[in-house]
Amino acid sequence: MPTTNGDVAVLAEDLRRSFGAVEAVRSVDLAVRAGEIYGFLGPNGAGKSTCVRMLCTLLAPSGGRAAVGGFDVVRDVEAVRLRIGVALQDAALDAKLTGRELLGVQGRLYGMSRKQIAARIESFGDLVDVAALDRRIGTYSGGMRRRLDLAAALMHDPRILFLDEPTTGLDPVSRMRVWEEVRRMNREDGMTIFLTTQYLEEADALADRVGIIDGGRIVAEGTPDELKRRIGVDVIVARVEGDPAAAATVVESLDGIASVAVHGDELDIATADGAAAVGRVAVALAAAGLHASQLTLRRPTLDDVFLEVTGERLS
Amino acid sequence: MTAASAPPTARSAGFLADLSTLAGRAIRLMLRDLEGVIPAMIVPVFFFAVNVGSLQDQFERAAPGFDYKAFQIPVAVIFAVTGVSRASNLVIDIQQGYFDRLTIAPIRRVSLLLGLMIADLVLVMALTVPVLLMGFIAGVGFASGPLGVLAFIVLAGCWGLAFTGFPYAIALRTGSPAAVNSSFILFFPFAFLTTTFAPKEALTGWLGAVATYNPVTYLLEGLRSLVSSGWDAAALGRAALAVLAVGAVSQLLAHAVLRGRLTSGRR
Repeated sequence: MPTTNGDVAVLAEDLRRSFGAVEAVRSVDLAVRAGEIYGFLGPNGAGKSTCVRMLCTLLAPSGGRAAVGGFDVVRDVEAVRLRIGVALQDAALDAKLTGRELLGVQGRLYGMSRKQIAARIESFGDLVDVAALDRRIGTYSGGMRRRLDLAAALMHDPRILFLDEPTTGLDPVSRMRVWEEVRRMNREDGMTIFLTTQYLEEADALADRVGIIDGGRIVAEGTPDELKRRIGVDVIVARVEGDPAAAATVVESLDGIASVAVHGDELDIATADGAAAVGRVAVALAAAGLHASQLTLRRPTLDDVFLEVTGERLS
Repeated sequence: MTAASAPPTARSAGFLADLSTLAGRAIRLMLRDLEGVIPAMIVPVFFFAVNVGSLQDQFERAAPGFDYKAFQIPVAVIFAVTGVSRASNLVIDIQQGYFDRLTIAPIRRVSLLLGLMIADLVLVMALTVPVLLMGFIAGVGFASGPLGVLAFIVLAGCWGLAFTGFPYAIALRTGSPAAVNSSFILFFPFAFLTTTFAPKEALTGWLGAVATYNPVTYLLEGLRSLVSSGWDAAALGRAALAVLAVGAVSQLLAHAVLRGRLTSGRR
């Protein structure tokens, strides 16, 4: 029996997981609405994959609860599994089978008939090279392997799709094909997509909302625009010759500066009106005897958000 | 009702369908990996030739009428079928993430192992045939007739299946190809601390005592009865019990380790 409101496709409440003394996931709360693409970002070791494995029923939580498709991931495992498709970080394929055989095995395990399997495979024409499906998977390129992995995850027409870094290592053309398919599935089929990625532009391009996990907790969540607005409207990047900490103190004292972050010899200066502030920043630094070798004005990116909430850059 | 909570179009295929799908995949892969079977065919032929070549005259001189080739054929078969499994392929599945894909499917967990074991059973029974052919060519006959040959193949196949639980348990516990490859060491005490070379009456001291508790002693006794003395219900019953005892231990172990892996979510 569903345990959550049908509008919520993925729900986690105080979700926790420890491995011995190590708390991989400390307390994650999130709610992904049905039909949403949710981008899940975090540095290595932040707990992303552990969260995904708990939500996919591959790993039992140590505490808290989670429901997927309205069903509890611990109590209603089979109901969850029938509703989800999963493409994990490494393409989960069998190199000695042909692509068609692998998809056939996948279809049969989900109760599909031969006719349904054949029709479903034909429908993947935009995603995989159907002509190559009769070759052994061991002969496929990296891009084809990832796309076949995605096709296997979609074989049984799941309601909710978990994609764990689906485009890592792909060439730009393959990446675009995966992006297009993700958009199409979401738009045409209303599929909810939980997307873990290390590519911020991928989250920016695809996700309706983004959650950033760090140290096993969600540290920021919102639409990409909302998150960027947290930084300020504009970002001035100043490369300073001299003491960056002293330069940061000088810039912080100026009017209209929201925040200053120091990274090596670089200052990231958030401000509501970058065009108006950039000149004042240059003058103030020069007056303090600190030369700015480079001043760049740009719109904030998710990388800036990531930097602010985790203290490190992802890209 | 939203798309996320709507009833799924997919369904559980059912235990037998899962088993058939997974066994079908394992058999298909086995046929594509025949080079892996070659050692299992060479080893019994080698041991048969060496054992018969070195000991036949001694035993047959000491006990006129004793057919040492017939005595050795069950040994060759045990060498062929013991420890043959898809455990190395299971490790590859684990390492490549395919095991996770199967785990996420709505299947009975037990079919993950049973599907592989059905392929193992097919293989070990198939491996019995060339060894028996070798015996026939060497002049060994079956006192129990053609049905006895069939019973011999089934009993040997069941033994092979009973033993597979050990390499699967190691594969699931460690996820390591090296550990699985080392599991043949388990086979040594079973295979050599028994009536491999000489009848039980000839084993004395600690070896005789160990052989009394070694289930392979009773398995060999049952197989030898089919070759040399016809249908011996008592010998066959003891052989079946020995297979059941080893099978119960190894299969319970393998399924316990499988349950542990699935519960812990170990990768």
